[in-house]
Amino acid sequence: MSKPKFDELKEVILESGIEVKPLYGPDDIKDLDYEKEIGQPGEYPFTRGIHPLMYRKRPWTMRQYSGFGTAKEANERFKWLLEQGQTALNVAFDLPTQLGLDSDDPRAEREVGRVGMAIDTLKDLEEALSDIPIDQISTSLTINPVASIMLAMYLVVAEKHGVAWDQVRGTTQNDILKEYIGRGTWVFPVEPSIRLIGDMVEFCSQNVPKFNPFSVCGYHIRESGATPVQEMAYAFEIAITYIQEVLKRGLGIDDFASRIAFNFDIHGNLWEQVAKFRAGRRLWAKIIKERFGAENPRSMILRMIAGGGGGGLTIQQPENNIVRGAYYALISALSGTQTMALCSYDEAYTIPSKKAALISLRTMQILADEMGLRDTVDPLGGSYYVEWLTKEMERKIEDCMKKVEEIGGMIKAVESGFIQSEVSRQAYLQEKKIQSGEIPKIGVNKYIMEEEKTQIEFHAFNPKVAEEQRKKLKEIKAQRNENEVEEALLGLEKAAQTQENVMPLVLKAVRAYATLGEISKVFKEVFGEFKEPVGL
Amino acid sequence: MAEASGGKRIRVLIAKPGLDGHDRGAKVVVHTLKDAGMEVIYTGLHKTIEEIVKAASQEDVDVIGLSIYSGAHLPLSKKLMEMVKEEGLSDKLVLVGGNIPHQDIKTLLSYGVTGVFPTGAKLDDIVKFIKEGIEGKK
Repeated sequence: MSKPKFDELKEVILESGIEVKPLYGPDDIKDLDYEKEIGQPGEYPFTRGIHPLMYRKRPWTMRQYSGFGTAKEANERFKWLLEQGQTALNVAFDLPTQLGLDSDDPRAEREVGRVGMAIDTLKDLEEALSDIPIDQISTSLTINPVASIMLAMYLVVAEKHGVAWDQVRGTTQNDILKEYIGRGTWVFPVEPSIRLIGDMVEFCSQNVPKFNPFSVCGYHIRESGATPVQEMAYAFEIAITYIQEVLKRGLGIDDFASRIAFNFDIHGNLWEQVAKFRAGRRLWAKIIKERFGAENPRSMILRMIAGGGGGGLTIQQPENNIVRGAYYALISALSGTQTMALCSYDEAYTIPSKKAALISLRTMQILADEMGLRDTVDPLGGSYYVEWLTKEMERKIEDCMKKVEEIGGMIKAVESGFIQSEVSRQAYLQEKKIQSGEIPKIGVNKYIMEEEKTQIEFHAFNPKVAEEQRKKLKEIKAQRNENEVEEALLGLEKAAQTQENVMPLVLKAVRAYATLGEISKVFKEVFGEFKEPVGL
Repeated sequence: MAEASGGKRIRVLIAKPGLDGHDRGAKVVVHTLKDAGMEVIYTGLHKTIEEIVKAASQEDVDVIGLSIYSGAHLPLSKKLMEMVKEEGLSDKLVLVGGNIPHQDIKTLLSYGVTGVFPTGAKLDDIVKFIKEGIEGKK
């Protein structure tokens, strides 16, 4: 048999800079020790998955991002999604809420209820979660700089539903470091923001043990332009920063590491993404065990939500995004994610329509029930190429982490704008390659068609939402006990100025129906505001 | 070359109005225009229209670029154009980019916006549009 001539082929280099050969065999993984480097699923170093039986026992959780307008509208959408078989909620808030501004704040003008629901006081969250079985679902609250306030509100609502805090399951996104890199909902400077995260972890480890106080989002870093390697490396450096903050308070790594959750992105090359997750699981387990000395295997597992990234979708020929979404879901399942959330096909344009959200949900259900993705654990494990690439990705992620550590860790790297500049440069290079056709993108630089331009149904923004919200806020302010509010806010201010954990004081303020804006203002006055490095 | 009148380099302000934090597009445009030889000032996130107009005036830019992904492009652009007029900056080119539905482009142009570049626009087209626009003003 003659040897195939590889030299004549076009070279393949992955986004992360790894060159791919046309063929892999036993020689490529001969140094790989199965027991040490791969191991059984559910066992250290968890390369093949974090549970011994993975989806054979239980399919991935399906969770679509939703919630807009008023609390009442959001409540209806939540109930509908649960009726359709969704098993958890993923709550979107409008930008003023995410930035700690009340609906009557001048800066909130034109933004109230636009990209998610508006929350001013406990009352709004009470309405949004009305008749939702809080004890039976887990809820993901997508909020960052003011996550402490939303956590407090959620806990008080649970209390009012008669659900004990130790039964409350959910996640506050609460990853402020990635907000400075991408997504952009930051308010306070870096150091005090990380202190707030530490306060929440400490509080949850003692009072809400089933709650994930933060979810580190490689997702948004990748959406901002990072390569898959940078996504994983920066996410790990961020998680390490939060871990160090919590350890300073005297907690042991095994007291909280099992509640650390990650949120990752899926778009781009299938094999590169699968290898990214397998490498990520192995590397994270090593970091937690070897660097932080964890003993409990539950602390070492990389628990993640992963799903189709909006960054891979196109405005051109938008129905193609349904197909892309299905492939992303496939990648996600082959990667062994715990929770899946897919971008909807209209997401490149607008907030997902009901129809688009349903197609995403059905895509995941088809994969789970019809395609055999639940039959066996890590079906790609042992593939010469996948195992080789997993090792290469692991090396690259480690190198990228070293670079951050050499400049003094993630806090410095973000305050100085280093990471932001790395990511935006990568975004620019990638965009240039797409525009030149070097990276093929169907409908964008290949197989382009003349298209009807109005085939997408837009999510209509309702200006009445803001009006109603402001009216409601006014009513609540008129009804509440002002002395109680003032006292609570004063207590919070004192705690913020010292080392005291702010969570009990935030809870007190929330119970008194202090507004999100009032509580944030206390933090702003004590902590100041972040100054964005704008040099690129 | 990327020159405005009097032979100086074209100066551009890229701005992110409102609360929206999607800055990938804005930053890609900053890199693009810099590579095309222009001087680019980036405002960073969460700016009010007042702050943006003030920066445009102080920095004496030739071009103002707004990047908006929140869906609030119509009211924000309208306000910007009103203020640009009030402040006597009507000679500036104003470009709007971001998540702009096709049907809103006409409305934006009717406010006096010079050019609209929705997601998916060609980077080269933005550079060309600015250079030709500045050339036309000489």
